[in-house]
Amino acid sequence: MALLSNATVLLGKELRTEFRSRELLTTTTVFVLIVIVLFSFSFDPTSEESRRFGAGLLWLAFLFAASLMLQSCFLREQNSDTLSALRLSVSDPFAIFLAKVTANTLFLLLTELLLLPVFAVMYNVPVLPSLHWLVLVCFLGSLGVSIAGTALSAISAQARMRELLLPLLLLPLLTPILVASTEVTAALFDRSPYVQWKGVGFLAVFDLAFLTILWLLGEYLVEE
Amino acid sequence: MTPSVFSPTGIRFENIDKRYGGLYALRRVSLDISAGECVAFAGRNGSGKTTLLRIAACLVRPSSGSVSFLDRGKERGGTLPPAGFVAHATMVYDELTAEENLLLFARLQGIAEPAARAEALLREVGLLERRSSLVRTFSRGMRQRVAIARALLNEPAVVLLDEPTTGLDPQGAHWFAETLRHLRDSGRTILMSLHGESEVSTLATRAIQLDAGAVVADTRTGANFRSVLAFANA
Repeated sequence: MALLSNATVLLGKELRTEFRSRELLTTTTVFVLIVIVLFSFSFDPTSEESRRFGAGLLWLAFLFAASLMLQSCFLREQNSDTLSALRLSVSDPFAIFLAKVTANTLFLLLTELLLLPVFAVMYNVPVLPSLHWLVLVCFLGSLGVSIAGTALSAISAQARMRELLLPLLLLPLLTPILVASTEVTAALFDRSPYVQWKGVGFLAVFDLAFLTILWLLGEYLVEE
Repeated sequence: MTPSVFSPTGIRFENIDKRYGGLYALRRVSLDISAGECVAFAGRNGSGKTTLLRIAACLVRPSSGSVSFLDRGKERGGTLPPAGFVAHATMVYDELTAEENLLLFARLQGIAEPAARAEALLREVGLLERRSSLVRTFSRGMRQRVAIARALLNEPAVVLLDEPTTGLDPQGAHWFAETLRHLRDSGRTILMSLHGESEVSTLATRAIQLDAGAVVADTRTGANFRSVLAFANA
């Protein structure tokens, strides 16, 4: 119970500081918007091409945006050594990760939901018929990205070349998520949309496995 | 200061070694700190003062040896150390107000009536009128006051201070010394690392000098005590 109550308190702090500064949401939204617009102008894809390649483009943009967002996740805790204050206050350090993973997932999901309509208009891909399934894929994909990214952010924040290290570690690790999310999304963009359950199952298992690893190793990731 | 409800607690360091790669930050440090002592650690930069205090706060795990908190000679249990920690870094969030910071840490520590406790501490550190201001708008001295309030939220029996007056102006340093005097007189055990802080160092009842991670002087009275404190103030 202490774990959940601490995680809830910390999630409140994460949301409050972000909605006060709007640093992460603004950066990631603008970044994804630029990628979507640039690709649209560069390739001028037909509706058929968008259905085939749009999902990959969308998830690549989300992934790069996530690596920007996750960079500052633990770096912000180092400015005034607030991570030490948190470690002195919570009995289970997993509460810190749980709050950060939830906050990052929410921020990513919000960015994705804001930009899906823009993508639909610019690439002429109807997203409304399978919107509820798209939301599910976005949630599972964002959760996976956030779990792995938050863990790696904790590691890279203590390293010397931290700005370079996170993308180098994160992008290869998230390749399975990228592939699965892209395949499920591409199936939902099809002229006859369908749910690729194998991909959805893979995303759910990936999320569960990485959350378990984070729960087991979280304590060591925030140690000095 | 509000009436204290803590139980007097001592600290025992047993054969503490701390290595970073091949470099020794601490070498076989063994110390018994009695409840209520006010200990000043002196030493050059890199002598191991900060590492020892962070080990006492359970923020750093020693490579070997152990640290235990003693309540009337018996080891205390619990997952969190009964210590409040104040360092040069303020350990509070710049994007939150003074009150939000205290409420956050009070709730995390499971303190009953967090709002009342936060208000009482803000009054004690003289920031009640600025309770709704963001910490990033505060001066260095005001931030350090918030840091002290945060450290005292759970009525800690042990207070750990790592060069706490660095960057404070003379007025701020004087206020800090007075606060520390109250804490010492209330029976708390205080461990502090010093670096040129004369007013604060006069409150010490024991002076320990570290050099290259080892204890080279440990004294309570006499000329040696004064010479160790003079080293801290150099």
